[in-house]
Amino acid sequence: MISVNRKIVVIGATSSIAEHCARDWVKAGNADLVLVGRDLQRTERVAADLRVRSPSSRIQAIQADFAEAKAIADVVQTIVAQGSPDVVLIAHGSLPDQDACQQSLALAGNALQVNGVSPVLFAEAFASSMGLAGRGTIAIIGSVAGDRGRKSNYVYGAAKGLVSRYAEGLQHRFAGTGVSIVVIKPGPTDTPMTAALKARGARLAPVEDVAHSIVKGINQGGSTIYVPGKWRWIMLIIRHLPAFVFNKLNI
Amino acid sequence: MRPVSSWGRLNADPHEVVNLRDTNAAISVLSERRPGIALGMARSYGDVCLNPGGILWNTKGLDHFVHFDERLGRLRCEAGVLVRDIQRLTVPRGWMLAVTPGTQLITVGGAVANDVHGKNHHVHGSFGDHVRWLKLLRTDGEIIECGPADRTDWFAATIGGMGLTGVVLEAELQLRPVIGPWMQAETLPYENLDEFFTLADASEQGWEHTVSWIDCIGSKEGRGLFMRANHAKTQARPEPCVRSFAMPVVPPVSLVNGLTLRPFNTAYFHLHKASTTIVHYEAFSYPLDNVRDWNRLYGPRGFYQYQSVVPRQVQRDASKAMLNEITRSGEGSFLAVLKTFGHRLSLGMLSFPMPGATLALDFPNRGDRTLALFSRLDAIVSEAGGRVYCAKDARMPRTLFETGYPRLAEFLPYRDPGISSAMSRRLMGS
Repeated sequence: MISVNRKIVVIGATSSIAEHCARDWVKAGNADLVLVGRDLQRTERVAADLRVRSPSSRIQAIQADFAEAKAIADVVQTIVAQGSPDVVLIAHGSLPDQDACQQSLALAGNALQVNGVSPVLFAEAFASSMGLAGRGTIAIIGSVAGDRGRKSNYVYGAAKGLVSRYAEGLQHRFAGTGVSIVVIKPGPTDTPMTAALKARGARLAPVEDVAHSIVKGINQGGSTIYVPGKWRWIMLIIRHLPAFVFNKLNI
Repeated sequence: MRPVSSWGRLNADPHEVVNLRDTNAAISVLSERRPGIALGMARSYGDVCLNPGGILWNTKGLDHFVHFDERLGRLRCEAGVLVRDIQRLTVPRGWMLAVTPGTQLITVGGAVANDVHGKNHHVHGSFGDHVRWLKLLRTDGEIIECGPADRTDWFAATIGGMGLTGVVLEAELQLRPVIGPWMQAETLPYENLDEFFTLADASEQGWEHTVSWIDCIGSKEGRGLFMRANHAKTQARPEPCVRSFAMPVVPPVSLVNGLTLRPFNTAYFHLHKASTTIVHYEAFSYPLDNVRDWNRLYGPRGFYQYQSVVPRQVQRDASKAMLNEITRSGEGSFLAVLKTFGHRLSLGMLSFPMPGATLALDFPNRGDRTLALFSRLDAIVSEAGGRVYCAKDARMPRTLFETGYPRLAEFLPYRDPGISSAMSRRLMGS
């Protein structure tokens, strides 16, 4: 049966930002949602919530291993076999403690894998089938932290920088086709991932607002979305600070 | 550690706020055996949700719907779901919560813990009357499921139990059918308390929602505006375009003071003639929800709310006596509400509502002056055999709590030894 609903795939569906995007999508109208998470029970919990919000949407929860290239290829294969998606949101990640990463190479390696390599492999797996279909949007959540390495979180920043550079290449590859690639760069957002920042008194954007901007940004197209928008200008300045100034900053 | 205030903004002590992400995480967090208390939206006014220097278990992440039976109007959801989000989900499907307080920016867990009431107590009782099932997590890891027909003792302890019997993880609520978002509302000015009680009695039949604004400063007689409303079937009309405002800063002094209050109240009273209107349920029931941070109006020292209920037999005299004290003191504020509760007895051991009249007023915090007035009000409430509402309280003496809540001894065995709040230490000693 061919569905007329928009088909949306969310990788890392239990992430707070992704979940709020999904809530926005089903609020806007019926959708076919495929939720992919590492933990099936937690992914099912998100799915159940969305089913209450939108009983006429079709919502599936799928468990997958996010670390292994073969597992990523397989799960994406299963999903695209049901039809090429209109939107893929790749949202998983975890904010590592920078000091701990400096103490442990294993931890640093894991942080690079989860926040950089894994999202890129997911995007690459979807890219081929969407290229064949000639349409669709791949949205990847990067971070303002990927715009310039900083001592306070450069391991995470490097992984997110990888995502940005990769997406740049993908944008080049699909230029002039019906496939669009969007990189979303949230500033610090109030989610469970940033609980430690919040405890230290950081000012965080409400996750609902960030999700609204992401959903809007994906609808409008556009290659890089900063949320909230002010981060575009803040990061523009930070990227262009000369090293002799930048290296004096405690950020 | 970060500063946390309740709605009254009387203090902002540091708390260690721990997020409960899901049931499994909650079990491991609670088992750390350091006393804490669950935190929802912190819309209670005093210290029922605070634990200075200690732990708060934030239920914000427990915001998932679990199941909605649209045929029977039964909603199962996690404890951090907002009343607003339930209403916006279910009203278009013909259902709505039977009981909500004057703000919908509260969690289901908070509504259970304080057994909140609304303007329709005489028809629907309080929030706990519509809870079909609760899933309670104790700090020792035990999960207790209870309801009006199952482990009823635990249920009665938890409804209105101030979060002290365990952390509510999930609830199933029985919604009531509703024909749409619109209400037909009437406003009727009254000149004195006798007129108020006549109107209140006459409106119990035939009106689901009744409430009144009372001018606590402009008249000795207790004039005010009586409002009553029913859900109404109307022609389809566009949802109102709601403009939301925010109080952007905390003014250096309370903007509610002797200079502003008298002219404001006088104008408010005289600008409202008897009228009938069609109004959206959000505008009728939660008028202040569109003014974000309105509690900042009271300045850096914050404010108290004093809400009491006195039994029906003495409601006229006791309400008059309280109003006299307040008018004489010159304290008080624009936000003053007088309404009657129906005959239904609350099912929670520590629930607030009882048949009678409830008076709720905000008071800017002016230190000893304000507290002295409260002592005089306490004396009236105590003599009348009434009680003060814990969800609003930051200062009632322990003796008033003990006499006002005669089922306290019955409640205490159900407390979770790993849960403690500023209020529980103040009123129960631990």
